[in-house]
Order: sequence, then structure tokens, then C-alpha cells
Amino acid sequence: METTCDCCSNPAVVHETVIRNGVKSEVHLCADHARERGYPMPSVDSPSILVSKLMQQLQTGQAAMPSRTVKACPSCGGTMAAVRETGLVGCPLCYRHFEDELGAIITRAQAGANVHVGRHPAHASDLVDRAAMRNRLARELREAVAREEYERAARLRDKLQELGGGPTDAFADDSDTDASAAEGGLAG
Amino acid sequence: MSAEGIPEQTPEKPERSGHAQHTSRLSNLHGAGNPSPMAPDADCVLSSRIRLARNLIGFPFVNRANPAQCSDVVHRVQATRLGGPFASGVRWVNVQATTAEDRLLLFERNLISRPFVESNHPRCVAISADESASVMVNEEDHLRLQMLAPGLQLGPIVERMLELDRTLEHGLEFAFHPRFGYLTACPTNVGTGLRVSVMLHLPALHILEELEKVQRAAKDLHLAVRGFHGEGTEALGDFFQISNQTTLGRGEHDLVEEFVHSIVPRFVAYERAARQALLERDASSLEDRVYRALGILRACRLLSLDEAIKFLSRVRLGVAIGRITEVSLPLVDRLMLEVQSAHLARATGCTLGDDRAARANLVRSALR
Repeated sequence: METTCDCCSNPAVVHETVIRNGVKSEVHLCADHARERGYPMPSVDSPSILVSKLMQQLQTGQAAMPSRTVKACPSCGGTMAAVRETGLVGCPLCYRHFEDELGAIITRAQAGANVHVGRHPAHASDLVDRAAMRNRLARELREAVAREEYERAARLRDKLQELGGGPTDAFADDSDTDASAAEGGLAG
Repeated sequence: MSAEGIPEQTPEKPERSGHAQHTSRLSNLHGAGNPSPMAPDADCVLSSRIRLARNLIGFPFVNRANPAQCSDVVHRVQATRLGGPFASGVRWVNVQATTAEDRLLLFERNLISRPFVESNHPRCVAISADESASVMVNEEDHLRLQMLAPGLQLGPIVERMLELDRTLEHGLEFAFHPRFGYLTACPTNVGTGLRVSVMLHLPALHILEELEKVQRAAKDLHLAVRGFHGEGTEALGDFFQISNQTTLGRGEHDLVEEFVHSIVPRFVAYERAARQALLERDASSLEDRVYRALGILRACRLLSLDEAIKFLSRVRLGVAIGRITEVSLPLVDRLMLEVQSAHLARATGCTLGDDRAARANLVRSALR
């Protein structure tokens, strides 16, 4: 049975149980009387306003958010869309800017292989050594964690951090190189 | 300086890289198509080829490079000592400035690729004096180094190729990534950038309708099977090129060793067994087939290229199994080169595409 307002015959929309000094009392109020007594109530036109506000927020949000940008290689302007369309990469630096995406493509194209084995140019020796060292430390770190050798793991982690992140390419001597080198340890 | 910005004279010094010639007009090409009679496994293997893809640091790949950048790449490579097979002489050909017939001639001799023939980029090719090596500049990659040898000779040519690569490194910085290896325009070539291929002659497997099995075996071994002139070409005369499809995750020597000691011997043994089976089953039919082909080639007055390759292939089989003794394998292999359109046009003056009579004359007189 529908509970009516304590002050009128309208249906109650606010129901409150109050226990004061051990005495329990109940309050049932319609929207108007609840608003009168200071209960926080949504306004009459709240549904449409809410929808509108939501739309506004969405629109505002869209306007405030940058439009969905296409990531382009800062060196040659190439994009992954172009790679997918032509099957060709734009420049050596694309391999760093799209490393994850190209890595996935390469692994598929190369029957699951994803790491180079074989000779390398002399000018890339330091990078190759550093990458090999990083791979070795990362493997040892995983093993140490698996064996719960946490002190050793911490030392390995520190060594890895000393080596720096991202390594990895010996392929840029253009104007982009200095900034890139600072970020990722380029050589070339 | 040519209109395209490629110098007509190479800056190379003779004492550094042999006697360099620079030309846009071809003449006196010789050598590449002349297999040695002693070539290993020549009965089933027409030729071996090793290719390396390399790109220079600081330049976009050819597909995104403008003409000035392409010309700059050409200049840098031409200013670099090639060494190795080029030590005794190098001929630089400005491919953009050559005639269509010359480009076709280089293609028929396997010194340049089909895409290189058709490209519009400023480009050139260096050809060694003995035509066993070439360097295409601005094909899909800045450099495509290539070594050719008759028969199965992958071992020796990969050593020469790596020597050439090391020599080039003194003057050029190649794009490299510790994870992806040598960086190439197409991700399918990263890693070693090494493509190993052999041209197999498999006529008996064709007669026994076993070629489908060969294709399947090749696929299982991650090999690409292509036609007479490589990628995008049809198989002519039962000649098939097999090559590695993957270039990442295996070292250069490892890959070549597998070809030399496992892959090629498997196909060769399969073909030889098929030849033996044909001889045991019905030697007369096989002899009729190869001698009939020889008869046609000795008597014909008009001969298309496809017919020429088809009948030369049969004659080659007859020579390889010892049934035809009056013709040698090197002669058959030389004819397979000389009957091609640009070679025929150059040798006889006939018109490209209207050459059936000239081809028949050439073959008749050679096999007389």
C-alpha cells in the first residue's frame, strides 16, 4: 500500500526513520513538503535538465578534448595508416615512433621471431651491448622475483635503472636526433 | 651532372675500388649468365643468389624520399669504396638515363629487379666486372646488394657478401635497431635483411605431377616459391626460385647453412629420385620427350620466348640425365639467357616483341 505524506494526501517520496533518545519515529513526506522542510530534492524538471546537462558536458568534453589525432612520425610524417596501406615504413625513425605497432606486425610477418640475431654495424656495437645487458638483467630480475630473492631483485632493478630505459636505435642523425637521443639513448 | 642530379662520372678512385666506369649505355656485358661447367649440383640448381637490404641513417626510405634525397643517397653510395667483388672493376649505370631496352637487358641478366626497372626514382646500379655482384641504389631500400653464382654456391657467395657489407660500413652508416636489426622499408625484410634464393630446375617432378607437394613442402619450411625471374613472375620451363620468407631471428650463417645442408639437398634429392623413377618406368618416353625438344629447337623457324624456355628446359633435362650428350649444360643455360627479348634485340637488331624468327635462328645455329 502506498504511503501518503504526513502533511497531505499526496504520495510520500521521502521516508526517514529517526531514533532520538531511544524513541523511534518515522517521517513520510511528499516532494513539496520535503522541499519545504529543507530536504535536498531534485527540481521538478530534473530529468530533462539532467539529460541536457549531460549532453552539454559531453559536448563540452568533446570540445575540450583534442580531436582524435593521428600519430605521425616526427621525422618523415609517416603514419601507421600509411604503413598498413602500402606495406612500407616511411623512415628508420618510424621503427622507434611506432615500435609497438610495428613490433606486432613484424612478429606476425617473421613467423613469431621478434629479436634480431646476427651481425650488426660497428657503429651500433654499444647499443647492441647495452640492449643485451638490459635483456640479461631483466631476465635475472624476473628469476629473482620468482624465487622471492627480493634483495637481489632490488639490486638488479637499480642496475636496470642505471642503464636507462628505451635504448635502442642506431638510426638517426637528422635534426630530430638530439632530442631523441636525450630521451632514448640514440647513437649513430 | 645529369638532369636527375646523378653524376655522369663516378667520384671513386680507381686504386680504391678498381677501374670504375660510369655509363648510361650498356655494351659488352658478359659473364653473369655463363655458368661454370663445374658448378655444384648444376643438374638441378641453375643458380644461387644472396641479397642484402640496407638503408642509410638520416634519410627517409625511398618510398617517402623526394628526388633530391634519392640523388643524395646515390652520391653518397657512389663516393664509397665498394671493395670485394668490385675491387677488380665496377661499372655504374645511371638507370634513369638508360633506354628501356637496356633496363630490360639488366633485368634479364638478373642484375636488377623488376621494380627497379619500372621505378621513377633517381637510381643507379653498380655492376662488378664479372657481373657476379651488383648494388642497386634506391630500389625499395637505399641499397640492395646482390651476389650471383651458378649452381649451388651459397656458402662462398655469402662470405663475399658479408665482406662487401663490412667494406661499405667504413663509408656508410646503416640504419640499425638492436631489436629489429637492420631496418628496411618493408617490415618483412628487417633483421639480417638477407634473402637467400636458389633457382631450381624440377622437370621430372613436373612430369610426375609432384610439384604441388614441392609447394607444400616449401610452405612448411617458410620458403617462398617464385617463377623464373623472381617475385611476381611465372614459372617458365620448370624453373622455380625458392627463398627464405623470414629474415629476423636467425643469423646469416645459420640461414645459409640450412639452405646448403638441408633445404636445397632435400629438393635436389626429390628431383633426382623423380628422374630415376622416370628412367626406370619408361626410359623411351623420357628420351623421346627430350630429343623431340632438341629436334624442334634445331628445326624451328619461329620461336616464342615461352616455347624456347620450355624446350630448352627439356633439353637441359636430357643433358643432366646423360641422354643428350652433344649439348652441354653451360650452352643450354647460356641460350636461356640469350633467347630473352632484350638480349636478342641487342645481339640481332630485331625489334622487341617481333623476335620469334631471330630467336629461332639463334637457337638453331647454336644447337646445330
